[in-house]
Amino acid sequence: MLRNLFAFLAGGLFGAGLLVSGMTDTNKVQGWLDIFGDWDPTLAFVLGGAIIPMAVAWNVAARRARPVLGGELPGKPASEIDRTLVVGSVIFGAGWGLAGLCPGPAVASISWGGLGGVVFLVSMILGMLIAPMVRQRLEAAAGALQRS
Amino acid sequence: MQMDWIWGLVGGLMIGGAAAMYLLVNGRIMGASGIIGGLVDRSGWHTWAERAAFIAGLVLVPMLMLPLFSVEVSTNITGNLAVVIAAGILVGLGSRLANGCTSGHGVCGISRLSLRGIGATVFYLLAGGIAVVLFRHILGVI
Repeated sequence: MLRNLFAFLAGGLFGAGLLVSGMTDTNKVQGWLDIFGDWDPTLAFVLGGAIIPMAVAWNVAARRARPVLGGELPGKPASEIDRTLVVGSVIFGAGWGLAGLCPGPAVASISWGGLGGVVFLVSMILGMLIAPMVRQRLEAAAGALQRS
Repeated sequence: MQMDWIWGLVGGLMIGGAAAMYLLVNGRIMGASGIIGGLVDRSGWHTWAERAAFIAGLVLVPMLMLPLFSVEVSTNITGNLAVVIAAGILVGLGSRLANGCTSGHGVCGISRLSLRGIGATVFYLLAGGIAVVLFRHILGVI
């Protein structure tokens, strides 16, 4: 129960931060990505501001055996930049630029995003549903390439 | 407009604070695509309640904050539904293939100097920049 309460609080603070920072406004996101237009630096402050407390948290986590509510802390991250990571990031980035929404803000803004917001979220879920199949094909193709 | 960067920084600190709490209290990495995707493809079904609670907070708290704003809050998303559908599919598919999006790789990955997090961020920023320049300035779609 306590886990769910803190998950709710974390989700709520995340959503509040996305709204306050302007990241639920597609104009701000596309304004940052559009280096040839009227460039908007806001996103750099958002990302910079978010990294600071999280870097502290990783340092605290490194000196702790367990999270406050028990269970395991995440292990060391994988270090290999593989093909699926690159392909996935490029596909994700293209969609992010096209609409100006990523998964967090898409969910956070669903109550006021109107028809466009709902259509985006449903399409995003569809993309997530086909991802395991696409991953399998990518990995099979990579394996075939290595054998030949 | 001139104050936007301050709100960006304040909001960013809140996002990072949320990620820090989720890590230290629950032991989880706060990645939006992972939390949602694990429910969508059922790969994270054993922690469904925690994920659902996170998503409930993510939807409800900003909704309750709307009356605090003196101006109308809008996502300003394009009215071109074909673009919205294509973008949504790309975001869902790409973030799951990459095992992370702006929150998981960008915020949580870079802050622990993860090579994959930094690499993913470089590639999605480049692709996003190219997409905006291509579809806005060259094709004029968005």
